[in-house]
Amino acid sequence: MEDTAALLEPGIQEPSQPAFLSRLRNGDEIAHLVTLIFAAAILLISVLLVFELYGSSVEARHKFGWGFFLTSRWDPVAGQFGALPFIYGTVVTSAVALVISVPLGVGAAIFLSELAPPRISDALTFIIELLAAVPSVIYGVVAMFALVPLLRDPIQPFLKRTLGFLPLFQGPSYGVGFLAAGVILALMVVPFIISISRESLLAVPNEQREAALAVGATRWESTWQVVVPYARLGIIGSVFLALARALGETMAVTMVIGNTPHIATSLFATGYTIPAVIANEFTEATENLHLSALVELGLVLFLLTIVINGFARLMVLATTRRGSAHP
Amino acid sequence: MTQHRWRNFINALMFGVTAACALATVLVLFWILGFLLWNGGKSLNLAFFTQLPKPPGETGGGMANAIVGSVQIVLIASIIGIPIGFLGGIYLAEFGRGAFPFLVRYTADLLNGVPSIVMGLFAYAIVVRPMHQFSALAGGVALSVILIPTTIRTTEQFLRAVPQTLREGALALGANKWKTIATVVVPAAVRGVATGMILGIARIAGESAPLLFTSFGNDYWSRSLGQPTSALPLMIYKYAISPYADWHRQAWAAGLVLLVLMLLLNISARLVLSPGAPRN
Repeated sequence: MEDTAALLEPGIQEPSQPAFLSRLRNGDEIAHLVTLIFAAAILLISVLLVFELYGSSVEARHKFGWGFFLTSRWDPVAGQFGALPFIYGTVVTSAVALVISVPLGVGAAIFLSELAPPRISDALTFIIELLAAVPSVIYGVVAMFALVPLLRDPIQPFLKRTLGFLPLFQGPSYGVGFLAAGVILALMVVPFIISISRESLLAVPNEQREAALAVGATRWESTWQVVVPYARLGIIGSVFLALARALGETMAVTMVIGNTPHIATSLFATGYTIPAVIANEFTEATENLHLSALVELGLVLFLLTIVINGFARLMVLATTRRGSAHP
Repeated sequence: MTQHRWRNFINALMFGVTAACALATVLVLFWILGFLLWNGGKSLNLAFFTQLPKPPGETGGGMANAIVGSVQIVLIASIIGIPIGFLGGIYLAEFGRGAFPFLVRYTADLLNGVPSIVMGLFAYAIVVRPMHQFSALAGGVALSVILIPTTIRTTEQFLRAVPQTLREGALALGANKWKTIATVVVPAAVRGVATGMILGIARIAGESAPLLFTSFGNDYWSRSLGQPTSALPLMIYKYAISPYADWHRQAWAAGLVLLVLMLLLNISARLVLSPGAPRN
């Protein structure tokens, strides 16, 4: 009845109010509000996450300041916490992972999107997507029992013989260490590089390929000189996404890096990473200072991955236009 | 002429090189599967599914409590995470306009990239510390924080893929907006949305890092959700890094079970929904 009244006398009452009331009555506003609250939950979670990490690390931040990142003595018994060995280990293992996974991943993505026959490409893409779903602890098990023995025996002695003049490939071959962690990380992030690079390559308009082929380019020349540069930003974005994943990867790395807080030039040496030290020491830490130093490492990890991801998402977005923050 | 042959040679060579890259990556999956089948297959027996772990050094025993614990933790995570992700996704796809939904969407994507161990620290701070106890509940909270961002984004993606004409049809028949969403849009996208949820749940079921200091692990049955609880990925980790050969054997068996479960969930989910399956 009120609806009809409002319709008959449109100018008399404030027009938006009855419309709002009727929409509230038939549930649209309620549905809007309820879903809005659930969507806002994700913002609440993020704020709470930052708040908790920041608050729980206050003790270590006050005691060590910026020196936390620049000193390398990690001694829970003496109450001394310097994070340099973990930062170093995280950077080195991620760098090794990228050196291996970027050529492999971009090469595979080019093959799948540009060169392979469609049916082969579909089948391989399917398997690679399955690979992305393998849990990290399973990579860890395979790395411990299959990769490390391989590294210890044929691979590391071979590297020492051929490239041993480089400081990177010196010292005893334990199998475990930076190299093992880097290799398993590479295998773990490669599916992500492939899937996002492939998407960026597929988003390149066909006219680009046709124009290159029409002026006499071979398939490869058209791909390498036209298509890949066109998808450049998306490919770089995929590398950064992979980097963020490698930095935060915990289980597989913890199982093969050796867990010793040393800084060593050789990739054969054992080391430690930020996620690994959190995983190993958090439940055993009894002192508040120790806990808070570990949470500070978590905070660092969080901020690093947020910045790298934010950056990468924008780049992927710019090429595929269907990346993250776009309808 | 020679230059022509050279260019053709490079073309063929790079075809081979990039094909080798793709093949090498695919072989990694078969390497993992082969290793676990070969080593874990021999160790898999009925006791693995029905018995409790034996004390260190003794052979035999199983992981029954870890299997049940994993199910409990994943259920808790789903009960918390699925409604939030689903309704949030509806908001993004159907109601959201302007800066706020952009912020929600971007935050979801960023949270999706946060290392899972950080989510463990978070759940420790908001559940374990106030309760003074490691628990299945804390593990569930940690995993739900991982589940929410993926669910929200896949739900949104699949709702958006529903043709606009369906919405217009429902509205033209006089349905209001929420009725349109509930009776037309969501049913039209239900396969995709469900697939996204299954993939999300499969992903958290394999997580171990966030459980290390939330559900912690337990060698016995846990009597309530407020107690330390074991989970399959945690047991794999614990057994793999132990010095006992028999525990290694069981870690491989557990790894095989977990991997086969993951692959089955992923393959069936992706086959049900062949075109445009979501990633992550």
